[in-house]
Order: sequence, then structure tokens, then C-alpha cells
Amino acid sequence: MSDTATTRAQQVFQLKSASVSMTALELYYFDNDEFEDTLRNKISQAPGFFRDIPLIISLEKYEGLDSELDFFKIIGACRRNNIHVIGVRGGNDDQRRLARGASLALMPGNGQRDRGHEAEAETVPAPAAPEPQAVKEAPVTKVISHPVRSGQQIHAPEGDLVILAPVQAGAEVLAAGNIHVYGPLRGRALAGIHGAESARIFCQSLEAELVSIAGHYKISEDLQNSGWKSAVQIQLRDDLLVVAPLDKA
Amino acid sequence: MARIIVVTSGKGGVGKTTTSASISTGLAKRGHKTVVVDFDVGLRNLDLIMNCERRVVYDFVNVIQGEASLNQALIRDKRVDTLYILPTSQTREKEALTKEGVEKVINELSETFDYIVCDSPAGIEHGALMALYYADEAIVVTNPEVSSVRDSDRILGILQSKSRRAEMGQEPVKEHLLLTRYNPDRVERGEMLSVADVEEILAIPLLGVIPESQVVLNSSNQGMPVILETESDAGQAYDDAVARLLGEEREHRFMTNQKKGFFSRMFKGG
Repeated sequence: MSDTATTRAQQVFQLKSASVSMTALELYYFDNDEFEDTLRNKISQAPGFFRDIPLIISLEKYEGLDSELDFFKIIGACRRNNIHVIGVRGGNDDQRRLARGASLALMPGNGQRDRGHEAEAETVPAPAAPEPQAVKEAPVTKVISHPVRSGQQIHAPEGDLVILAPVQAGAEVLAAGNIHVYGPLRGRALAGIHGAESARIFCQSLEAELVSIAGHYKISEDLQNSGWKSAVQIQLRDDLLVVAPLDKA
Repeated sequence: MARIIVVTSGKGGVGKTTTSASISTGLAKRGHKTVVVDFDVGLRNLDLIMNCERRVVYDFVNVIQGEASLNQALIRDKRVDTLYILPTSQTREKEALTKEGVEKVINELSETFDYIVCDSPAGIEHGALMALYYADEAIVVTNPEVSSVRDSDRILGILQSKSRRAEMGQEPVKEHLLLTRYNPDRVERGEMLSVADVEEILAIPLLGVIPESQVVLNSSNQGMPVILETESDAGQAYDDAVARLLGEEREHRFMTNQKKGFFSRMFKGG
């Protein structure tokens, strides 16, 4: 690779291996109208997610007749909904021949799966993989836009917690990741509750009863001398909570 | 559909019943058919402040338990004829207020009244939860001191999580802050929180500031809602609050002691 870079090769392109996370449509049988209805319905649940995504048709659980399998219709229905069918996975020789006829790429099926067990067969074609793709992104951030009142507890068990309002005295906010409070932090804030020592706490005015990162905590009394009532970030350095003003960060 | 307004605070003794009496009287005086319901089962006070304690035959709990009809229990106010009082029971337990029972009564009241004012008991237990459960709006009565503010904050959290509107995912209960027993002199001396302090902490719109006044105590003892003392600053402050509740814009008064020249000299001199 460095060769090409140094010799400024005049090649038009270079082939590289790439692995891309994709959505697979597990097709159980095919009926044109039902297919498009179900597709629209799925898209309406998350229009942004499905827009212009590549899609592969998985035939590993296909039970319908080969003669009913019309890839041109499938491609057409998907195009109308801004989804690009790029290939098929699995399927028998006849099915793969049909796919090739529709200019679709052929991908090997998942050998382990046998056509026999399909206990979790749910509705007709289900885009099987939104979850895998979502997992690749950062863990979900929880955003709260109303004040967290005394006695309330807000918990973000997986990702960050963003609060666009005050956290009142007697309230408690917890997150596996960072905590941002765009308002005064008067209650308790516990970041990195599963042990993430890199987690931080940010707030616009530090008036907290207690702050904690990965189990290391400071109470109000110990916070009075550093950044009290001002915008700060709090992080863990050498097992010590360090409060630093935000404007000098 | 009636508007259901709960008067609540978390903390006791801040002026919920005084406020319920005055707000409901003020609404009725403006021609709105209003009922004020006492939710403080076992510590019945509203009837005293409304001066109808000698006319109580049946109460809220009797209606819930089917022992009396709503019309038998409702007491018509003698001063304002669009105002009715639904007194509570002094002998029962708070648990007598079942969710279904309260709903039935509220629904029936909704058919004929414009405003239903629910006078909540102190605390955050069953009685208080029942009083706020069906509310469309909440008047949070707060005194300018830290523990009252903290309790108000707690009740605001409960309004946003345990009311019917919260449970059904409807538009949240509309919140109003009413500061009572406000003494500008003591604020100036740093003995009390200022309006700005309380507004900053609770972050909800201010409905009104009721100045601390001997008139409030006197009128309570005489069974007269203080809003009817139209000469007093507390009475006028409640009148302003009712006007704002109905959407009128009125400037806040009685927040500073600028009128010292007149009122306080008179009181201090006397």
C-alpha cells in the first residue's frame, strides 16, 4: 500500500477489503402487495434510519415457491421507498440464478443456519438487522429537558446523560458514561456507575450534594473550595476527583 | 369541562387552605361556578375557614362510599352564590379516598362546575396524591424558606410523574408558584429567601406573592376568605393571583417595602 503511495501509481483504483454493517431482509415468502405494505410500515417507524440504506435479501428462510420470487418486483418496491437492494444471501441454485438475472450480487449464506428451525418466525419480511447497526454507534445518550426535582432519580444505565435543566437538591442522576447538566447541579450526580474511570461530569453551576465517578466521590463540603457555583468539569485523575473550571479547559 | 386546580405544597402550615379558600372565592366572585374540595381527611379545616362548619351534614367520603349524593354534601357559600364547598370527613382515614371514588366525584362535579379547586393535605402520602392526581393545574404554595422550597420541589416532581396527566402521557400539569407569608423587611435583612431566589430554585412561573399579614390570621379565625378583605394588601394580592390565573397580566405588588410610608407605618404605629 505504501508502495503505491510513494510511486504515485497511475492506477485508476485499488481494491481493498471492507466490511460494512448492513441490513438484511429475511424473506419468508413473497407477495408483492404485502411486501410493499410491510416495508412501508417498517420504514414509517424510523424513516431516517431506512433512507438510502443498502439492503441484502436473505433467502435462508424462504419458504415460498421459487416461481413467486420476483426480484424485479422486490427491487422496484424497495426503490420506491429509497432502499437499494444490492444482493442476495443464501438461497438454492435456482433462486440465485433468478437473482443474478436481476443483476444482484450473490453472497454466501450462513452455513450454521438450517432451514428447519425458525421458531422466531414473526411477521412477513422483517429488516433483520437494525440492532447490529445501532450497536455499532455510541451507546444511547439519554436527554432530559425538564428539571429533575427533589426525590426524583434519572438513570442512564448504558450511555451518557444530558440534562437541559436544573438538577435540584435531593434529586439523583446516574449514568454509565458522562453526565452533562446544562443548569445548576444541586443534587447528586454519579457518573461511570459501572466503573468507567474515564467518565466525567460537566455542569454549569456546581452546587452538588455529592459527585461521584466510578465510585470515587466528593461531598458538598469538600467541593466548596474549587469551582463552587461555577461552570466546571469533574474527572478522575490518579484516583482523585479533580474539579476544573470549564472556561479554562 | 371543568378546570381542575390543586393547591398543594408538600410542607404543612404554609397556607394551602387559606389559598384554596381565597382562590376559589375569587374565581366564583368573577362569575365562574366553582367548587372547593377538602382532601384533608381527618384534619378538616376548610369548612372553618369558609365559615360553614355548622352546616356540614354529609361529606366527601360519604359521597365516595355512596352514603349520600353529591347534592346532599355540597354546601353553598352564603357570600358568593356561585361558590360551593365539598367538606371532608373528620372521622375517617385518608385511605377512604380511593382513586375510583375520587374520579367518580370529580367527573360528576366536572359536569356542572367551571372550576374544581382541590385543597390538598400536607405531605406526599395518599391524601396528597389523590388531591393532585386529576389536576390540570397546580398552585404550589411556598414560604420563602429553604425547607418549604425543598418540599415544593419534591411535590413538583410528583406532579410531573404521578399525576394522571403524567401517567397518560398528556400535556403536563400546568404549574404556578404562589409565595405566601412574604415579608420584604425580613428579606432585606437576609432572614428570608427573596422572590428571585425562590423563582430561581424552583424554575416555575410566579402566580403571586402574598405578603405576611395579621389580616390573614384574623380573617381565618373569623371564617372569612382573606380575598374578601379587599382593603388589605393580602386580599389584593390574592385578587391579583386569581386574575393572573385567568390569564390577565398584572404587575406583581407587595414584593418590596416601598409602600412603607403608608401601610407599615400604620401597622407599626398601631
